Amino acid sequence: MSVSPTLSVAEIKDRNKALIEEVLKVYPEKTAKRRAKHLNVHQEGKPDCGVKSNIKSIPGVMTIRGCAYAGSKGVVWGPIKDMIHISHGPVGCGQYSWAARRNYYIGTTGIDTFVTMQFTSDFQEKDIVFGGDKKLAKIMDEIQELFPLNNGITVQSECPIGLIGDDIEAVSKAKSKEYDGKTIVPVRCEGFRGVSQSLGHHIANDAIRDWVFDKIAPDAAPRFEPTPYDVAIIGDYNIGGDAWSSRILLEEMGLRVIAQWSGDGSLAELEATPKAKLNVLHCYRSMNYISRHMEEKYGIPWCEYNFFGPSKIAESLRKIASYFDDKIKEGAEQVIAKYQPLMDAVIAKYRPRLEGKTVMLFVGGLRPRHVIGAYEDLGMEVVGTGYEFGHNDDYQRTAQHYVKDGTLIYDDVTGYEFEKFVEKIQPDLVGSGIKEKYVFQKMGVPFRQMHSWDYSGPYHGYDGFAIFARDMDMAINSPVWKMTKAPWKTEELPLLQAAE
Amino acid sequence: MPQSAEHVLDHFDLFRGPEYQQMLANKKKMFENPRDPAEVERVREWAKTPEYREKNFAREALTVNPAKACQPLGAVFAAVGFEQTIPFVHGSQGCVAYYRSHLSRHFKEPSSCVSSSMTEDAAVFGGLNNMIDGLANTYNMYKPKMIAVSTTCMAEVIGDDLNAFIKTSKEKGSVPAEYDVPFAHTPAFVGSHVTGYDNALKGIIEHFWDGKAGTTAKLERKPNDKINFIGGFDGYTVGNMREVKRIFGLMGIDYTILADNSEVFDTPTDGEFRMYDGGTTLEEAADAINAKATISMQEYCTEKTLPLIAAHGQEVAAFNHPIGVSATDKFLMTLSRITGKPIPEELARERGRLVDAVADSSAHIHGKKFAIYGDPDLCLGLAGFLLELGAEPTHVLATNGGKAWAAKVQALFDSSPFGQNCHVYAGKDLWHMRSLLFTEPVDFLIGNTYGKYLERDTGTPLIRIGFPIFDRHHHHRYPVWGYQGGLNVLVWVLDRIFESIDATTNVPAKSDYSFDIIR
Repeated sequence: MSVSPTLSVAEIKDRNKALIEEVLKVYPEKTAKRRAKHLNVHQEGKPDCGVKSNIKSIPGVMTIRGCAYAGSKGVVWGPIKDMIHISHGPVGCGQYSWAARRNYYIGTTGIDTFVTMQFTSDFQEKDIVFGGDKKLAKIMDEIQELFPLNNGITVQSECPIGLIGDDIEAVSKAKSKEYDGKTIVPVRCEGFRGVSQSLGHHIANDAIRDWVFDKIAPDAAPRFEPTPYDVAIIGDYNIGGDAWSSRILLEEMGLRVIAQWSGDGSLAELEATPKAKLNVLHCYRSMNYISRHMEEKYGIPWCEYNFFGPSKIAESLRKIASYFDDKIKEGAEQVIAKYQPLMDAVIAKYRPRLEGKTVMLFVGGLRPRHVIGAYEDLGMEVVGTGYEFGHNDDYQRTAQHYVKDGTLIYDDVTGYEFEKFVEKIQPDLVGSGIKEKYVFQKMGVPFRQMHSWDYSGPYHGYDGFAIFARDMDMAINSPVWKMTKAPWKTEELPLLQAAE
Repeated sequence: MPQSAEHVLDHFDLFRGPEYQQMLANKKKMFENPRDPAEVERVREWAKTPEYREKNFAREALTVNPAKACQPLGAVFAAVGFEQTIPFVHGSQGCVAYYRSHLSRHFKEPSSCVSSSMTEDAAVFGGLNNMIDGLANTYNMYKPKMIAVSTTCMAEVIGDDLNAFIKTSKEKGSVPAEYDVPFAHTPAFVGSHVTGYDNALKGIIEHFWDGKAGTTAKLERKPNDKINFIGGFDGYTVGNMREVKRIFGLMGIDYTILADNSEVFDTPTDGEFRMYDGGTTLEEAADAINAKATISMQEYCTEKTLPLIAAHGQEVAAFNHPIGVSATDKFLMTLSRITGKPIPEELARERGRLVDAVADSSAHIHGKKFAIYGDPDLCLGLAGFLLELGAEPTHVLATNGGKAWAAKVQALFDSSPFGQNCHVYAGKDLWHMRSLLFTEPVDFLIGNTYGKYLERDTGTPLIRIGFPIFDRHHHHRYPVWGYQGGLNVLVWVLDRIFESIDATTNVPAKSDYSFDIIR
């Protein structure tokens, strides 16, 4: 189905440029001018992808983005399993994000663990009119009574909180005092703040800094004896178990993982992290802030890594090991060697079925670049990619380390643009989110959700790569895609068709 | 290393291996500062007690695991029931991402909806410019026939005036002056998704009937013999609408479905993405004023819409998500009375088949106790059906149910000997239900996907009926209305009962004597 392999890079660039021009025509002039800055064709050697990013979405264009609340409650805080996260405001935000992100954890839900529960203040009109602080205080009392084994509470602000002037900080402080210094964290992640999930990540990171780190008594005895090999996994949300299939590799190479941020994480792990010797950072976008803070305040270096696909995993293991002594460096080599036969077998099985297939991505966080290596390990090519809420530093990393010359780049893509791009480029696979999944499947394009791993996973680490390869094969080579056309309908139609 | 290329292990097998189990145990012990297991066990047991239930029911401020969503979700659901209509939600954009995801996860379908993407500056200055730009962009990009506007709580808190904003947008040329932009204020802090459905539908009907926000003359009603039909917020809209259309066809009734989203939530995979499909045409929406009567299948989804319609001179009739024999009888007899069309023999045969199926199977349901939760109308429909099966709907709970609803459920209980020990819970959530299931156990639980946590904690087998259903596929394509729909519900309930019996009688030489081959 793919058309690009038959074209030269120059031809691909021309086609992609023409395609951008074409989609822009649908917009009113002002919108076309604004959107033009978010679309580009990557030029090799450039320091970034040549697109504007992290600016406001345009009203009415069907952006795929979410909000700051989603970034804080949905991404950063929600997976901290032994704390109760109150969705503070009307019922909807907590309802739609309830257990939807597949942050795996172990624990007795409802007793000492609370990830897949929806705690909400369920604001009514009177709370808007008279303010919700008293209700919030009462909610905390009721939580203490009914969920006595919770290790802390966060207040995840929804839009109205910041608009009606509630003082959630004061409530949190007062209740923390009342409950013997209990960790209670107010988070100002109202959905209207910022332009996407991204500000929510930042606000959530800052809240950990201000309400967890800064509350730790400096003379508190450590809960465990530190070792020279203590690291923290930062920016892995354990979707489908990703952090676990990553942790096992770090431990096998001789490191000790003292904290997971935040998939299957706990308050104790957050509090212990300033004791780490190195922070290893997977999702740079959502947790670079706290990593930088720990570097400045505690002198902990941080190291970005990529655990998608054997090439990047090996590269990353060596990079992480470079911060440690020979024992760890040897450990990294042993781990790479241990899994080599598995990787060889996975690639031998799946690469012949996937060689030359093209992929278009549109995802959030780290994935628009991080998964490219995994596809390349399978002989596949990413021909278009873009970030839901990336910043320029994401596009720099993408340009310098990941994408090929001529790749179509689309920042904060609109539904319309994405459909048109896919219709014209006709990739063999699209990787994006639930809102996009069925659009492209209707068009007859194989699709994998690359936020939730389409209910599969893990995709991180060596164990995850086997699943990733199996899933991509399953999507692309499913017999269903041969049946989309009724055999008696013989007239020639374009292969894929977006909505007019 | 348990993973292999030959037999790729998924998360459910992979993490059960000794390597991972050991790793996770170490993580917990060393770094999680875990609670004493005995203490966890003590609290776990305590949370099952009547004492805990009392504290749980004494909650005044905290809501835990509610069975309701917010207004705009219902508004979006209603809007896509009109031909080539895009729902436009004025407020923060994250909300729209949530509605679209939520609907897509249930229907396994695309869900198209736009936002005016208001941010901090709009919070300060109001969202007028977002409306002006947003309407222009949506109109140009997607060429909709109609843009149906609703609001998020952000726009409501700052007090944006949709009527004025849309008028100004038209003056600024965002969309043509005569273009249809109905609107509804849908604050998330009032009611639930069923309220939003009601408000949005009322807004659309008002728009067409009452002079399009003062821009044209109000329509004058010229009565005809047609019937308007409103389904309400319904996770089974795909199957139900088709079933209702079939019934109307059999009866020879000329009808208009208002907000028919059965096509847009069930489009084919044939190489074309249909952003729009089916739906009530705008002409039909306007012409619906002339109908003889309007029938709502869900009273609590149309509490404002029906009075508006009645005020225009039509007869209105509301049902409560009718399921089963007598509820369907009542529905059909009302249709027959209003239209003067007799109920055809074919439907009588279908009725007979449902009664036949009930007679065949009721011994397995009779006397069984059920807990039900869901939207108010669905709860009534299901409870009514269970009563006529001789079952007891012991706990009936709707987070978005009010006092009037509770009284109606109580009246239903009072109408049947099987309802004598049943109780209704309005405004309660699934954490309340958890206490109920521990302290007054039932045989089966009926609810949406989130009921699986209750099933896990309390061991009460879950029958998935409701919205949303995320973890089972395609049930929304089957009707639960009509005699045919009643049969579907009967089968779903029976399947779970039989599975449950088999699963508890399958230990050889211990509990195998009831493992019957014929049931």
